[in-house]
Amino acid sequence: MKFLPLIWSNLKRKKLRTLLTLLSILVAFVLFGFLSAIKQALTGGVQLAGADRLIVRHKVSIIQLLPESYKARMERIPGVVLATYQTWFGGIYQDPKNFFMQNPVVPEEFLDIHPEIVLPPEQKKAWLQTRTGAIVGRKTAQRFHWKIGDKVPLLAIWSQKDGNRTWTFDIVGIYDGSKKGTDTTPMFFRYDYFDEARADAKGQVGWFTIRVKDPARAAETAKLVDQEFENSDAETKAEPEGAFAQAWVSQIGNVELIVAAILGAVFFTILLVTGNTMAQAVRERTGELGVLKAIGFTNAQVVSLVLIESCLLAGLGGVLGLTLAWLVISRGDPTGILPLFYFPAHDWFVGLGISLALGLATGFFPALQAMRLRVADALRRM
Amino acid sequence: MSENETSNGALVRVEGVEKVFHRGTEDIHVLADLSLRVPAREFLALMGPSGSGKSTLLNLIGGLDRPTKGSVTVGGEDIDRLSDRQLARWRARHVGFVFQLYNLMPALSAERNVELPLLLTHLSKAERKKHVETALAVVGLSNRAKHSPRTLSGGEQQRVGIARAIVTDPTLLLCDEPTGDLDRKAGDEILNLLQALNREHGKTIIMVTHDPHASARAARTVYLDKGQLGSDPVK
Amino acid sequence: MAGLFNWFSQIASITEFGLRSLPQRRGAVAATVIGVAGVVLVLVGVLSMAAGFEEAMAVSGSPDSAIVLRSGADTEMVSGLSREQTQVIADSPGVARTAQGPLASAELFVIINHPKRSTGLDANVPLRGVEPAALRVRDQVRLIRGRMFDWGKNEVVVGCGADREFAGLEVGSTMKVGRYDWLIVGVFSAGGGIAESEIWTDAKVLQAAYHRGDSFQSVRVKLTSPGAFAAFKDSLTTNPQLTVRVDRESEYYAEQSETLTRLITTLGFLIAFLMAIGAVFGALNTMYSAVSARTREIATLRALGFGGGAVVVSLMIESLLLALIGGVLGGALAHLAFNGFHTSTMNFQSFSQVAFAFRVTPQLLVRGIVWSAVIGLIGGLFPAIRAARLPVAAALREL
Repeated sequence: MKFLPLIWSNLKRKKLRTLLTLLSILVAFVLFGFLSAIKQALTGGVQLAGADRLIVRHKVSIIQLLPESYKARMERIPGVVLATYQTWFGGIYQDPKNFFMQNPVVPEEFLDIHPEIVLPPEQKKAWLQTRTGAIVGRKTAQRFHWKIGDKVPLLAIWSQKDGNRTWTFDIVGIYDGSKKGTDTTPMFFRYDYFDEARADAKGQVGWFTIRVKDPARAAETAKLVDQEFENSDAETKAEPEGAFAQAWVSQIGNVELIVAAILGAVFFTILLVTGNTMAQAVRERTGELGVLKAIGFTNAQVVSLVLIESCLLAGLGGVLGLTLAWLVISRGDPTGILPLFYFPAHDWFVGLGISLALGLATGFFPALQAMRLRVADALRRM
Repeated sequence: MSENETSNGALVRVEGVEKVFHRGTEDIHVLADLSLRVPAREFLALMGPSGSGKSTLLNLIGGLDRPTKGSVTVGGEDIDRLSDRQLARWRARHVGFVFQLYNLMPALSAERNVELPLLLTHLSKAERKKHVETALAVVGLSNRAKHSPRTLSGGEQQRVGIARAIVTDPTLLLCDEPTGDLDRKAGDEILNLLQALNREHGKTIIMVTHDPHASARAARTVYLDKGQLGSDPVK
Repeated sequence: MAGLFNWFSQIASITEFGLRSLPQRRGAVAATVIGVAGVVLVLVGVLSMAAGFEEAMAVSGSPDSAIVLRSGADTEMVSGLSREQTQVIADSPGVARTAQGPLASAELFVIINHPKRSTGLDANVPLRGVEPAALRVRDQVRLIRGRMFDWGKNEVVVGCGADREFAGLEVGSTMKVGRYDWLIVGVFSAGGGIAESEIWTDAKVLQAAYHRGDSFQSVRVKLTSPGAFAAFKDSLTTNPQLTVRVDRESEYYAEQSETLTRLITTLGFLIAFLMAIGAVFGALNTMYSAVSARTREIATLRALGFGGGAVVVSLMIESLLLALIGGVLGGALAHLAFNGFHTSTMNFQSFSQVAFAFRVTPQLLVRGIVWSAVIGLIGGLFPAIRAARLPVAAALREL
């Protein structure tokens, strides 16, 4: 655009002011990036949930155990393709602070139902051949510098038959996630070993994961599952995995609301401060704007100049801020507690949209001022 | 559009013009029943004490303001009837302004300043460049094209202002105290330039000044006092 | 001495001069004040969440109460104690006694699900079985509505926090959990502590309902005095029949809240830090603009003989003043908006909801004021120096 040198020159007029405005906008967007990542960390499970999966837990609470024998009954329900189970192991590796999830599973079924778990075939083979074998996610393996072949002791809430609560597993595989946000912190080991070695609650498992034939009928199938076990000793609550994740998140609180409120306060403040700076800048250029109008620039053109300038500034600040946030976020979670931590792609668009809106909002009143400017007055003031 | 002449041979016709400013509750009559004719190719000086309304009259002729009463016709067009948007377009095509304080964009180089009016045309980048070079050559500043106004002397800045004013080859050149801020020597250079533009390039120039030294360079001088023309303005 | 006094009076004049011109610069002033207020509002608001949570935890434990779990259990949920063990613990030295027996309550709990009022979705609530001494072991607990449950019956009392956060826990209504119905007969408060997020019943009844045999998860005791803790702990840890861990209740709860508090505090500071940086840039910008708008005025003062140093100090005082006003405003707003705001969240370590209230503590308000002062000082410093260094003649010409 041929007007670019003119617009650019206006921004360069007071370099320090432009720089400071840019920096404050940048910081606002770094914050936006961070909060998006945190929100994603806490709520991401919902989006990544399998559309064709149900989670079935004890109706009273997930802490209560269900009979392993339910599996067969579940698979007889129309619409159910496969049912498998996991249990909370609650093991501690060296220090309670080193928390990560470890569950006993039935290897083949587990991998089948969770295609997002990517394990090289030879490692899968090794797992099936090693009773005490365990596969661990890339993230946790990197965290503790584990390699295949390492022996990992865990202090569990479960006692073995001899009373010992320390269980040792052999790392036979390290898995990755097929999707960006897949949680690669958990460790999985073999249920047959677990059930045989444990002292109590034999044949009892924590929860079931069911694959349904038709994702569109997931909710219906869930109802059928619950009906099957109604009035039995252990009643169930089945729901699509997404709903389960959602309920879990909502226990933490209304994360989205809090994040939105904070961002709202931040951007409102930025808007005010930046808007004031823009207004001041335009006021100083009254004379120059008068000259432009004298030369023959129409009101519309002068207004556009002001708006493009503010949008350029806001856009630049936005892009730089988001990029900086993304770079820092890629280095990992600062709290050490969150299961996943990344900057979700669609928040780029949201961020850019906000920066455009910011540009328009901060440029609005100054542009109005520029439009209303009477040439003769402006020139006289110069 | 070339310089159209009316049946009277006047490029600019101001008829019965009145201008009233409203300041709060007061009404200030700056111009009262003023008529003026300026033929094409004339170099006219407008003189008068401060507050006499010379700049106001210039603004009316240049389409920067509208008369409260009366008409302003330039090149056959009643500019007082045009809308704001039309006026802007009209100014871009027909008028070049030269200001007392030069009014250059401090953040743009000399050549970018001169280029400004051309941004409103549909000329290509190469064509614009050519016009800018020509204008700068006419005012004798080709070697200062890339300088920023801060590094130019007052006289040089004004020459850039003149280059900007002529770069679109306008019908009319309106100068408001062009030498007001310059010393004698620089002022003379500017006046030489204006005279050359008038004699060699046939530009119609209306110049507001309070300096008799400057008005002596013009072909005709009219006097304004309290919004009325002193001597007989109609040719 | 006269020189110093002269200097001070210069500063006073310039500052007064500047403050008088504030009404003309309404836009810039508003921007600074509101900008700083916004930062302080967010800072105090977010940190008040952590402060409130910590307070709920702190109130929960008193120094003369102790809690005993199985050794190696980092939370009650994974602990297990037999009845014999709980009796040994209750009879240990250091435990306060009354005519009815030791002030000790052997307890266990299960997690049940109940819909949360705010989301309508199920959340985890602890259903705790207690022994008759429970109310005296926890001296903050008071019944505020209804009555205490009858021992041996399927009756419960509900903590006021749980009552607030969950739907359907009114006195007189029945809670259906699994195959059993539990009648809600009363509501209790616990001084804002964690117990308020729980539902209590008779331990024996709970054991039967959940097939727990005669096992418990913890024993809570009231000590004869806070100093008796050491003796109490030693006698238990040296007993070969027991493998337990003994903690003061207050320390236990501090540990329980560690993860969540750490999460909230880290995030809170991160956010506040970024906002403060943004605020400094914003303040610098506003002050630079303010100074440049008054360049001629400042140059005139200097031409008249006012010293450059006095100019710097008075400009900084002005910036500081505006920022402090913003800080006070932000703090006041935060207090109004957040203090006492009730909410609940899931404590990862106990897996169940903890009800707490946001707390805008005096320390937080002070912190907010300090931050605003820092922003004001930094925001005013550089522009002030620039204003003082401006060549006077050039500035006077600048119209």
